[in-house]
Amino acid sequence: MNFSVGQELAPHVFTINRAKLVAYADASGDQNPIHQDEEFAKSVGLENVIAHGMFTMALAGRYVSEVAGGSEKVVEFSARFTKPVVVPEDIDVELLVSGKVASVEGDLVKVDLTAICDSNKVLGMAKATFRA
Amino acid sequence: MLNPDLVGRTYKGANSVTVSQESISQFALAIGEPNISVAPPTYSISLSLSESQALLQDSGLDWSRVVHGDQKFEIHRPLKAGDTVRCDSTIESIRVLAGNEIATVRSDLFAGEELIISSWSTLVARA
Repeated sequence: MNFSVGQELAPHVFTINRAKLVAYADASGDQNPIHQDEEFAKSVGLENVIAHGMFTMALAGRYVSEVAGGSEKVVEFSARFTKPVVVPEDIDVELLVSGKVASVEGDLVKVDLTAICDSNKVLGMAKATFRA
Repeated sequence: MLNPDLVGRTYKGANSVTVSQESISQFALAIGEPNISVAPPTYSISLSLSESQALLQDSGLDWSRVVHGDQKFEIHRPLKAGDTVRCDSTIESIRVLAGNEIATVRSDLFAGEELIISSWSTLVARA
């Protein structure tokens, strides 16, 4: 695929729910109870259970892999966790990820990513570089 | 309070971990990634984050207030099943911003002498 500066990349909607947070906790080893236990999350001042920032980033990473044509092409990936993704029980929360090509130098393509949940930007300064 | 003297503290991982196909598949499944021939770009956090936290364990950081502030990966090549890797971690910076205590830890994953992935995790203890 050819990429050009300013190109808008087709958005992708991911769903996040409690079962997925448990699966991610088991896969990543991050068993912090704020990502699974509502009572605990509220006891430390959170509105409800929140997704692991790294889970949100992993979904944005999956988006980048798809755009790049494979995980093996991704060479750089960074993001700031600006707002938590709140995950109430029995609800599928939608995460909308989109991207725009920021630069193309040789075979290196840089994209700026946007991740939105409930009209909040949940990742800031999210950027990835991949080999075209 | 975070102890600023800890900047530069390094922990050279003593234990090597061999990446299994099962762990890559489990991570890929958890994020809905169909390709399991290599590890997804953020997979290495499962090897590095606990090391970063261990490095900061006695730093004075108030763990009840800690959130993940930001994260960066530089991937020289993707991890794949059978790679035996070691994680070296260094506290790169400690600073206080608007009352928030902020620590950045760099983690380098090596297979032998080959640097495979460098990552930076910033942990923030909210004021």
